Amino acid sequence: MDKNIKTEERFAQPANVETASAPKTAKSKLRTSPASAPRLGVEKTYKLYINGKFPRTESGRYFAVTDAKGRIVANMCRASRKDFREAVVAARAAFSGWSSASAYLRGQILYRVAEMLEGRSEQFVGELTTMGLSKRAAAQEVTAAIDCIVYYAGWTDKYQQIFSSVNPVASSHFNFSILEPTGVVSTIAPQEKCLLGFVSEIAPIIAGGNTAVALASEENPLCAVSFAEVLHSSDVPPGVVNILSGFRDELTEQFASHMDVNAVIYNGEDMNAIKLVQEQAANNIKRVIIRKKPAAPDPYQIMDVQETKTTWHPIGG
Amino acid sequence: MSNVKHAIKLNYDTEWEYAPAPESTDHISLKDRYDLFIGGEFVAPKSGVYFDTINPANEKILASVAQAGAADVDRAVKAARGAYENVWSKMKPAERGKFIYRIARIIQERAREFAVIESMDGGKPIRESRDVDVPLAAAHFFYYAGWADKLDYAFPHKTPKPLGVAGQIIPWNFPLLMAAWKIAPALACGNTVVLKPAETTPLTAMKLAEVIQAADLPPGVVNIITGDGSTGASIVDHDGIDKIAFTGSTDVGKIIQRAVAGGDKKYTLELGGKAANIIFDDAPIDQAVEGVVNAIFFNQGHVCCAGSRLLVQESVAEEVVTKLKERMQTLIVGDPMDKNTDIGAINSAAQLERINAYLELGQKEGAAMYQAGGKTPKKGYWCRPTLFTDVSQSHRVVREEIFGPVLAIQTFRTLDEAVTKANNTQYGLSGGVWTDKGAKIFKVGQKIRAGVIWANTFNKFDPTSPFGGYKESGVGREGGLHGLSAYLNLH
Repeated sequence: MDKNIKTEERFAQPANVETASAPKTAKSKLRTSPASAPRLGVEKTYKLYINGKFPRTESGRYFAVTDAKGRIVANMCRASRKDFREAVVAARAAFSGWSSASAYLRGQILYRVAEMLEGRSEQFVGELTTMGLSKRAAAQEVTAAIDCIVYYAGWTDKYQQIFSSVNPVASSHFNFSILEPTGVVSTIAPQEKCLLGFVSEIAPIIAGGNTAVALASEENPLCAVSFAEVLHSSDVPPGVVNILSGFRDELTEQFASHMDVNAVIYNGEDMNAIKLVQEQAANNIKRVIIRKKPAAPDPYQIMDVQETKTTWHPIGG
Repeated sequence: MSNVKHAIKLNYDTEWEYAPAPESTDHISLKDRYDLFIGGEFVAPKSGVYFDTINPANEKILASVAQAGAADVDRAVKAARGAYENVWSKMKPAERGKFIYRIARIIQERAREFAVIESMDGGKPIRESRDVDVPLAAAHFFYYAGWADKLDYAFPHKTPKPLGVAGQIIPWNFPLLMAAWKIAPALACGNTVVLKPAETTPLTAMKLAEVIQAADLPPGVVNIITGDGSTGASIVDHDGIDKIAFTGSTDVGKIIQRAVAGGDKKYTLELGGKAANIIFDDAPIDQAVEGVVNAIFFNQGHVCCAGSRLLVQESVAEEVVTKLKERMQTLIVGDPMDKNTDIGAINSAAQLERINAYLELGQKEGAAMYQAGGKTPKKGYWCRPTLFTDVSQSHRVVREEIFGPVLAIQTFRTLDEAVTKANNTQYGLSGGVWTDKGAKIFKVGQKIRAGVIWANTFNKFDPTSPFGGYKESGVGREGGLHGLSAYLNLH
């Protein structure tokens, strides 16, 4: 775990009730108030995103995220296994509707996500710079994330045409293979590039009609959790994307072992974690996708979480 | 019952008898003992152990085959690695393809021999091995041969590269056909192979080794080693293997998925199933009944994609079940070598025991069991075609894969109920739908979470047609263009 994340467990109270006692100097950077008009900034409470709602973790635990200078920026929800299970329930419930939404509609909704992110660029640049990125690097990451979503929005009604087939069987049958989403996909998003990495992870999953439960970058979860607000205002149906913040060490096993998850994606190079994911995935023959290095967006990432369905019908009178 | 039209019945138990129509076996050649096929030669196992393979229809020993131990697996993997590095990966793809075409042609030439041995060793009716298994095996090699020099067209924007050495473990239900499903695409993609046939059905694989020798394949490109589960485990665990391709039970599939965790081996798994065949009231009922028979009694029900559950719309349930029982009474259970036989021998004593345990269990759980009459031979392993009615979703005969000629029948009222019941399973390999309405076919076909949908047909296979499961029925596809990616790295 990264050094600049301090953890505490609280049992009696939700995480943010006592935040006044914590030093929050860095947070004000996100919403500056001019010195001439001394006004106390209204600080955002970072919460989970489950089933289209923003609950706190049921566990009441938090972890502090600090900026590059070690100042506390936010108390993030430290999601529990129960939060994860609830997110899976939401994702499963959303699957039927989202997977049968037309490709055109999914494309429009994804494009809408890009529009909303564009409109909130400044907020994300602010979060990224707070965490130590230069303004230029932050702006680049945000625009890359927007473009990534537009790219996958365009794929929703095209990958099927590229990767499906009509199969010339020898018998008198019409036979075709189409792609269908694998189902509920759990993903442990990359630690690096907390916005672009997260968006690159989610976009191909939902472009293909799957629903997702994602764990935000542990080192820098701010952007991923704020991205929930973008999704929320983009007509993405509740439950299609569920976002948790928390500890990889604690949640990885659950992401891989849950019996109602159909595929698990792990981003990172920790060989012990990779082995754990691969082993636990066998509980219900999950598809396992390991991404050690970030990959440039391409339709094969949509294909990673697609199933091929082949249909036969006799030809005759 | 009053409004159901009964078929005209001939009573074969007392008044009529089928004249035997046996396939001759004098044209085949079987050795008493088969060694391992490694590096292009037949070599004795280092383990020194052999075991017998029997004919399940008469329990007579057909031949003894070698038990490959870990040292033998190692030798086979090294032979495959050498052939991969030195020959196969360097060969012009078109030449590689021509070798595979040769295999297809020789199988076609020796088709009758293969069919007879397949039925003797595995118990399946000669009609099936002759008309399905062997021609499809040849077709598979022929199809994938042509891909060898066309791989660049299969995956846009990617450069396909072979994986290396593939370890392939196949089941006993379609011995030669499964060998073809595994070997053909692996070779076409430039990989070399170590293949292990199932313990109870090794003979056609050893005959295939002879074909591979006759086709002059470079030594080591295909290695075929016989043995039991421990041989399979040695293959899965071997460091020199780049990819595992397994067809078999979901339980073993999970063991394999765990075993390769943390390593670099790729894998594809073709596992179990409990497919639902759905008959709507607007279906052509006679055709559907015939389809149900084919779905569950084909190959004694030893089929992972068998339609082992039947969901019938309530309004036609009585008619369907009556007609099905009448049709079952005309199915001939017996000598696999007889060309009239519909249901051959159960593959092994162990499998028969498993099936019988389920028959007992089903009745104990309160289901009504129906078995078609008729005599079965005294020697050998037999199971008459069986139905369970009065079952609910929680019955184990509805939930678990029996892998025998045993059908569980449930009813439904609405399309949604049928789909919900069909999908209420850990499996997702196949599904069937019977209706005259095209729109309904597409709707149900879309909603069934399974890799293969047969609409107004069932149990059809073709090398161009991708096959494989959703959920716990497996990972990856075999057959067709989609089957190539299992044997390639895409850069």
